[in-house]
Amino acid sequence: MSTDDNTPVANDAALWTALRRLTAARIGLPRSGASLATAPLLAFQLAHAQARDAVHAELDTPRLALDLAPLGLPVLTVSSAASDRQTYLMRPDLGRTLPPESQRTIAAAAHAGPYDVVFVVSDGLSARAVQSHAAPVVSAALQILRGADWRMAPLVIVNHGRVAVGDAVAALLGATYLVMLIGERPGLSAPDSMGAYLTCKPGVLTSDADRNCVSNIRPDGIGYNEAATKLANLLNAMRKDGISGVRLKDTSDRLKIGGN
Amino acid sequence: MYAVTVGAHRYVFRDLKTLLAKATPARSGDALAGLIAESGEERVAAQFALADLPLTTFLKEAVVPYEDDEVTRLIIDSHDKSAFASVSHLTVGALRDFLLSDHATSSVLTTLAPGLTPEMAAAVAKISRLQDLMIMAAKCTVVTRFRDTIGLPGRLSVRLQPNHPTDDARGIAASILDGLLLGAGDAVIGINPATDSPDRAHALLSMLDEIRARLDIPTQTCVLAHVTTTLDLIGKGSPVDLTFQSIAGTQAANKSFGIDLGLLKEAHDATLSLRRGTVGDNVMYFETGQGSALSANAHHGVDQQTLEARAYAVARAFRPLLVNSVVGFIGPEYLYDGKQIARAGLEDHFCGKILGLPMGVDVCYTNHAQADQDDADALLALLTASGVNFVMGVPGADDIMLGYQSTSFHDALAMRDLLQRKPAPEFEAWLTKQGLLDKESRIRPRVLPSQFRALLPADGA
Repeated sequence: MSTDDNTPVANDAALWTALRRLTAARIGLPRSGASLATAPLLAFQLAHAQARDAVHAELDTPRLALDLAPLGLPVLTVSSAASDRQTYLMRPDLGRTLPPESQRTIAAAAHAGPYDVVFVVSDGLSARAVQSHAAPVVSAALQILRGADWRMAPLVIVNHGRVAVGDAVAALLGATYLVMLIGERPGLSAPDSMGAYLTCKPGVLTSDADRNCVSNIRPDGIGYNEAATKLANLLNAMRKDGISGVRLKDTSDRLKIGGN
Repeated sequence: MYAVTVGAHRYVFRDLKTLLAKATPARSGDALAGLIAESGEERVAAQFALADLPLTTFLKEAVVPYEDDEVTRLIIDSHDKSAFASVSHLTVGALRDFLLSDHATSSVLTTLAPGLTPEMAAAVAKISRLQDLMIMAAKCTVVTRFRDTIGLPGRLSVRLQPNHPTDDARGIAASILDGLLLGAGDAVIGINPATDSPDRAHALLSMLDEIRARLDIPTQTCVLAHVTTTLDLIGKGSPVDLTFQSIAGTQAANKSFGIDLGLLKEAHDATLSLRRGTVGDNVMYFETGQGSALSANAHHGVDQQTLEARAYAVARAFRPLLVNSVVGFIGPEYLYDGKQIARAGLEDHFCGKILGLPMGVDVCYTNHAQADQDDADALLALLTASGVNFVMGVPGADDIMLGYQSTSFHDALAMRDLLQRKPAPEFEAWLTKQGLLDKESRIRPRVLPSQFRALLPADGA
């Protein structure tokens, strides 16, 4: 094996070590000829295997319900109309729909309302993400919201759910604001990223343009407390303006950039 | 109505769009839309009927009504009848035979391109095998220019895609450094920004322009923001080389992207007015992908491959520098596995090229699709052999911002070596000047060229 041919620039390992602190991108990979050397090749294969496993993993709904139980709200567990993981991946329409028995379970909890906010948790494309991160984020968010006069609906777990299934849940409960926590499409570097989609007055006419999103929630991305703060701030802004989505401007970013 | 008899069974297809959909090789997006053939025999029956269809049918029967859709109006109103004259007597099957024949040389195909409509190209693709798609596309030469010359025979260019999840300037610069050392960036250095903030897009454009100017790189830069954002930035004096926009094959799908033809024309005119190109004035960069219209519920009952070809009619109206089919990005609901992605990639490349467009392909897949690096390797090799104008270069094939796998700097380099493709000539000369080629003219960086130190945080920050 040649020794001077295995990094993009020979004898400059220190350079790449320094640059890798600036980005998680796979830069400065050792190569042989034009091709990847064995070590970075296998590192990639491992990351892909982990991401694939994350996509196909099933959500352990009883365990998640146990994790959510101490938060002081009733926990309901239902399924979307997608009966299994494969159907879920191929039929986005079924993942957005609640079958009759799920509708009945949720509707039975509406009588204890009215509710302002409902938190819905779905596996989405990474069960691992919500299995790990949903309970801590809901817990932190409830602590912030507790002092501010929000009427909280039961926590709802929807197995094999897409983002829009939360609209149906909120409508059945009569909740004004939806916080949908869902496993995001896993990337190679982040197989366990959770997204939060917030919607004001969700219903059948809701489109993606009506949602606000907090993405990349995980310990190495947006942490639990930061995520909870963002969710609470967005809920407060929605209550103040009565809207959500693209018309509700996230001004925090603009102020930061404008100061440059 | 179109009909064909196979054995004892008479298959009837009620209109042109149904015939096209039923003749389409199987893919999950058409199944999701409920358009797919119900049996293998029905599909081939539709292919027989399609092969016998006179090309003139496509000028009489629109798959999306003329009155309802400005993309249909663009296709019909801009159709070049004199270019079409040489094939106007042919059927779809005969057109395929002609395109494969030795009479269909590169110059003949260049002349023919404006005479073909997207639906004619899509129809040929549906009755072609991958090998046919490769051979027909490889005969097309589509050359475009801005600061270098892209698409010459024997060349393969690379978009350097240095994305970063928070648009961190130093992280982006590190990825650019890696890519340039490995010979990527001659198609464009193009960033997908993490947000659509105009301030951030301006900051990124300024940074890219400074890097390009400081290293004197014969290429163009782009921040892939929404066209309205780029238009505003042009008005404010940002250094815009290319205007980017995602486009689709129906007016309604384009509306869901927040665009129409008028807006694209305005952006094209504004970008041209900057006169920043040195060797040419192709200033638009478009991205497309099968399934986008269905995803926006704007497909009018037309199959996704035909709609994708119609997006190329939109692109064609604005003389783009680059058109990129981001083939595996959309997910398994539309293209289920490596086989469907590979076929779609070659269909898109063929349709784009035969319509006269500078096609590149983002050979890619998501982690919820049934695909892996072996599938990506196969499609990349097939496209390179087909003469694709450009492919993506992402560090280690892992886009840490968009969360999908594309092709790496190494992948592009391996294809250049394996199939003897060179970078764009101006860029190749620049790489030589930087000392990045070995004595066999292969890209083999040995030492960091001193001026590249400008990309390091110690100097650049």
